[in-house]
Amino acid sequence: MASKFEIQGLNAWFGLKHVLKSINMKIEKNAVTAIIGPSGCGKTTFIRCLNRMHEITPGARVSGKVLFNGIDIYDNGVDPVIIRRKIGMVFQKPNPFPMMSIYDNVAAGLKLNGVRDKKILDAAVRRSLELANLWDEVKEDLNKSGASLSGGQQQRLCIARALAVEPEVILMDEPCSALDPIATAKIEALIRKLAENYTVVIVTHNMQQAARVSDYTAFLYLGELIEYGLTKQVFENPKHELTERYLTGEFG
Amino acid sequence: MDHYKLRVTKNRLTQFLVYLALFSALVPLFSILSEVIRKGFSTINFDFFVKPTPTVGEARGGVANAIQGTLITIGFASIIGVPIGLMSGIFLSEYGESKLSVAVRFLHDVLSGVPSIVIGVFAYALITRSIGFSVTAAAFALAIIMIPIVARTTEEALKLVPMSIREAAIALGIPRWKTTITVVLSGAKKAIATGILLSIARIAGESAPVLVSMGYWRWWFAGLDRPAANLALNVFIFAMSPFENWIALAWGSALVLILVVLGISVTARVFTRERY
Repeated sequence: MASKFEIQGLNAWFGLKHVLKSINMKIEKNAVTAIIGPSGCGKTTFIRCLNRMHEITPGARVSGKVLFNGIDIYDNGVDPVIIRRKIGMVFQKPNPFPMMSIYDNVAAGLKLNGVRDKKILDAAVRRSLELANLWDEVKEDLNKSGASLSGGQQQRLCIARALAVEPEVILMDEPCSALDPIATAKIEALIRKLAENYTVVIVTHNMQQAARVSDYTAFLYLGELIEYGLTKQVFENPKHELTERYLTGEFG
Repeated sequence: MDHYKLRVTKNRLTQFLVYLALFSALVPLFSILSEVIRKGFSTINFDFFVKPTPTVGEARGGVANAIQGTLITIGFASIIGVPIGLMSGIFLSEYGESKLSVAVRFLHDVLSGVPSIVIGVFAYALITRSIGFSVTAAAFALAIIMIPIVARTTEEALKLVPMSIREAAIALGIPRWKTTITVVLSGAKKAIATGILLSIARIAGESAPVLVSMGYWRWWFAGLDRPAANLALNVFIFAMSPFENWIALAWGSALVLILVVLGISVTARVFTRERY
């Protein structure tokens, strides 16, 4: 089984507002899948449905199936807390824990889930920061506040924090939208590196970014999945007229 | 030009009225403080802090037992009131807008408006009548006064913690309750500590509910089922007495009380200033 996710008839609502309509798609393992589409099309809601973050918003509701490694994460017996440990998330705005040091930010997921062994924590912090290409910049300052870093560093810190709990999937919600071009380039390089061992799903506003970093691209419009396929194919030879119009900048 | 002059005059008049209001607000405050300091300061010496209440005819005495009793009473009240207030505040902020939370918030507002003497009578009916005039009854009454103060400040403090911080923790697979007590509470701990200190300052000066539920006691602390001496009641009882040295003790007690409350308020301010 090569697909990490198999999404069947996924619908999502905020109160009475129907934001995702019957989405069916498969997300491949160890690849980067980009979700593109105009504002308000349901991109963020879609990835928040993949780790059961959608339901923490009051009034939010989901129907349909999301098979993760073949198991429906919306099944009654499934604990959302366990799901979120396997499917990490990086948010639009960098959100390190403000009262914690860089070290504690990265170790937070392990510490708060009961890991006490200093050796294990040290190793996990180093491994995660190295993986997030941040280790060399902060190795002298691990006890400084996470909030003291620059925006791009903070976002890589958040990626390291998500990686520390050893997830299988990283969901990214417009991770570069608050960052400058240099910080963005660093994160994009990091996303490519992560795809070697992780399944990455990234929501982006920026079509060039989707073209640069992703293997697969899904185009959402008004809550519906319009087109989904290999990024090269979607960008060079879109099947749907709406996709072409969006990609050529006719609306957005 | 005329218009300009009129505007300047209006401006000066407004300024004058504002300063006048400020001044009239400060006069009573400073006259209370200066009077208490003037009359209380001469009473205060080393003995004042180490000796208990004098008996009739005894020339010198102190308020050591009253300080002890006040600290024990407000300590006991805090042990009851702070956890309940804290939990209510967490409930109001973290567990959504339900009918229950609307009701709880409304009841806290009502409770903080109830005159403290009524709460004292409540504690008298519920506790004093079964176990007698006691520290326990007074602590119970004071705890009820603390609960709405602690709950509302906790709620406000927790609401200032951005939602994105909670989401970050939940997305790491940290259970909701652990997210609340670690990440969310630690982000708001200084503001919460301030609220707790201010509620302690408030109950340290309460006299009516203490008098009704615990009564007056002039000896050292003798157990939670007995009354204890109290600074606020010292002021009340000694000021009524006919003896010169006891009236002096009332002024001294008032000064110590003001200093205790001032100390707590200043500590609370320092806590808030340290934020970021």
